[in-house]
Amino acid sequence: MDLLTLPEARSSWESVTFPGAVNSKFTSALTFEHPSTYPAIPTYRCTSPDGHIIDASVTPPPDALALSMYENMLSVSIMDIIMFDAQRQGRLSFYMTSQGEEGTCVGSASALEKEDVVFSQYREAGVFVQRGFTLENFMSQLFANRKDVGRGRNMPVHYGSRELNIHTISSPLATQIPQAAGAAYALKMQRLQNPELPPRVVACYFGEGAASEGDFHAALNIAATRSCPVIFICRNNGYAISTPTLEQYRGDGIASRGTGYGIDTIRVDGNDIWAVREATLKARALALKDGGRPVLIEAMSYRISHHSTSDDSFAYRARVEVEDWKRRDNPITRLRKYLENKNLWNDEKEAAARSRIRKEVLKAFGEAEKELKPPLRAMFEDVYEEMTPEIRGQMAELKEILDAYPAEYDVGEFEGGKESLVK
Amino acid sequence: MSRLLRPASRFVSSSAVRPVARSAFQSFPRIPAIVQSRAYAKESGVKDYTVREALNEALSEELELNPKVFVLGEEVAQYNGAYKVTKGLLDRFGDKRVIDSPITESGFCGLTVGAALAGLHPVCDKQWLRQEMQCEFMTFNFAMQAIDQIVNSAAKTHYMSGGIQPCNITFRGPNGFASGVAAQHSQDYSAWYGSIPGLKVVTPWSAEDAKGLLKAAIRDPNPVCVLENELLYGQTFPMSEAAQKDDFVIPFGKAKVEREGKDLTIITLSRCVGQSLVAAEALKKKYGVEVEVINLRSIKPLDVEAIVKSVKKTHRLLAVESGFPAFGVGSEILALTMEYAFDYLDAPAQRITGAEVPTPYAQKLEDMAFPNESLIENYVAKMLRL
Repeated sequence: MDLLTLPEARSSWESVTFPGAVNSKFTSALTFEHPSTYPAIPTYRCTSPDGHIIDASVTPPPDALALSMYENMLSVSIMDIIMFDAQRQGRLSFYMTSQGEEGTCVGSASALEKEDVVFSQYREAGVFVQRGFTLENFMSQLFANRKDVGRGRNMPVHYGSRELNIHTISSPLATQIPQAAGAAYALKMQRLQNPELPPRVVACYFGEGAASEGDFHAALNIAATRSCPVIFICRNNGYAISTPTLEQYRGDGIASRGTGYGIDTIRVDGNDIWAVREATLKARALALKDGGRPVLIEAMSYRISHHSTSDDSFAYRARVEVEDWKRRDNPITRLRKYLENKNLWNDEKEAAARSRIRKEVLKAFGEAEKELKPPLRAMFEDVYEEMTPEIRGQMAELKEILDAYPAEYDVGEFEGGKESLVK
Repeated sequence: MSRLLRPASRFVSSSAVRPVARSAFQSFPRIPAIVQSRAYAKESGVKDYTVREALNEALSEELELNPKVFVLGEEVAQYNGAYKVTKGLLDRFGDKRVIDSPITESGFCGLTVGAALAGLHPVCDKQWLRQEMQCEFMTFNFAMQAIDQIVNSAAKTHYMSGGIQPCNITFRGPNGFASGVAAQHSQDYSAWYGSIPGLKVVTPWSAEDAKGLLKAAIRDPNPVCVLENELLYGQTFPMSEAAQKDDFVIPFGKAKVEREGKDLTIITLSRCVGQSLVAAEALKKKYGVEVEVINLRSIKPLDVEAIVKSVKKTHRLLAVESGFPAFGVGSEILALTMEYAFDYLDAPAQRITGAEVPTPYAQKLEDMAFPNESLIENYVAKMLRL
């Protein structure tokens, strides 16, 4: 009888667990796991393409909310059309539209609380609208006028809002994902120190292309291990500029990575605004459970728009493919059908709403274009908390020049004219 | 990297295009005729090339000549390159050698470094088994995601492996500010890469520079950063007959005297070379002074000898570059001049650099944040007390 057959020794041999995979059972069958062995993660939808709620457990939202969300999606889509054309006319330097993805943004934002913190990428105008960013706010940023909180230092579409708890969009891709994990960690710690604070989560938006960056992987792992209350919302729209998902990754989308990092994960139909909302509501509750944890939502959609105004996507995809998607399914028509089924909407209301929103956008556009630019003084601010003597000197010198040659410089288009340069 | 930033060339879609971010507002800095009609004008067989065409020709020649060379990067194949530098290469050389990457700078940069390292096989002739990688970044601003691979792996492995593992790789892409792309996309990395032992760094200005230096970089067995400039891609330069041939290479570490002079030396690189030449010509017209303009071409290795030689002649030195002032290429040139040519100087060596501010988005402020022709001209006039 050798040592291994002794009952005591045998049981201890079977109960060996490696610290790196404590739940793994031993097997004597040599097989490699392959994604195709498992079914693809299903896509949750609760509204049928003809606008009926098909998940009985979902309580339809109040009609007023449904209507306002519909109008918010319309606003984004109408603003997109107008601003895209305005860029083509040379009236602003750059713009990005979000056609086809309004549902993901408006739907998820409707499930967040005002005090929740948002990190976004650059195609989330719907999140901004839903959280209360006004047309004036959008236009002020796009035209970099004095009402732009970024004071004209960013390219257009890099919106941000302190009141709405949305961090300013940053150009480098995917950097917001680990930052969101960090912000969520801070929220968690703040609440531990002061239980009076309301429970808050961070919502972090990014595309499936950004999920190829190392930052994405670092973020998911650190959020999981530090139990950060963050909802990662991936807008999988099929294209990263010209790169189709087929060349972007080989696994089962982005969702399969969530489970790999030990994160609660769901894939939803991004064209189904109620599915996105419902998933985000549940995700928020999960994220706050037991002291906090991350959740990943992969919202599937199709990027109907070009990547940006610097892109012509018909160079790498067929026009007919885009037209097909437009016709077949999109978040706006799906919600419209839902509203029509409930007799909340009709052609007349649609025409009236579209014409009203169009007018509002054009009005905000016109006003923002004419608005004064940020004060001259802003040129010297925000690198140092207090201006250094050198910077003060430069500012004084500028003032002297403007005083000496009033006919040479028109400073009327800047807020406060040259008087802003007086300390 | 921000995919959001698409070189504006995109918007005019497929044809070779001017990279413009604000097409509607901005007239594009064109190189004045005076620079274009340099010494080559009378030579026979001289052709006009844009920098983009020169880079494209360099790549296609090297792909043609050496089957081990391949190109990998974002949008380099299907899309013909974000700035159309790799135009036509996919059709000509196929998807085994011109390869699109997912959006992951650290991933594809690491992959190219790994492929370059794996080219070494101790039983085979290194010369032929070596993989010659060519890694394109959409801009060097995005290469920060991958800088660890460039600095810690590509640049160091040959040394740390005891000399048995060379890393034959070329990193290339636009560097420095473009126009209207704000602070996060407007940085000059010359000083960053220039400070790393183990890297070679070149900064082409003209079409000849671009072709000769890129070809030399691909052939060089070491990791080389080719720091191009987006604003130069569309500029046209004459290309001599010799440079049009497929064996044309420019040696590293040799600066080029673009304009001879006796009163003051301007040491400069990349786009500032053109600006300095314009300033030099204006100074001659206005004051009759002869300014010598030296195009560094490569900043690591740096041609100290050329600097010293010129200072011995002119006794005054001005460094012109568009990076940030602190710890920059300009500071290095001034320090070297002080160390090796102090006794020949009649006045303190000076520098013109970019302004020490996060690059402004506002167009007029952006214009003021970097050197331009009139600034160089005025500065030289001041130095020469004209």
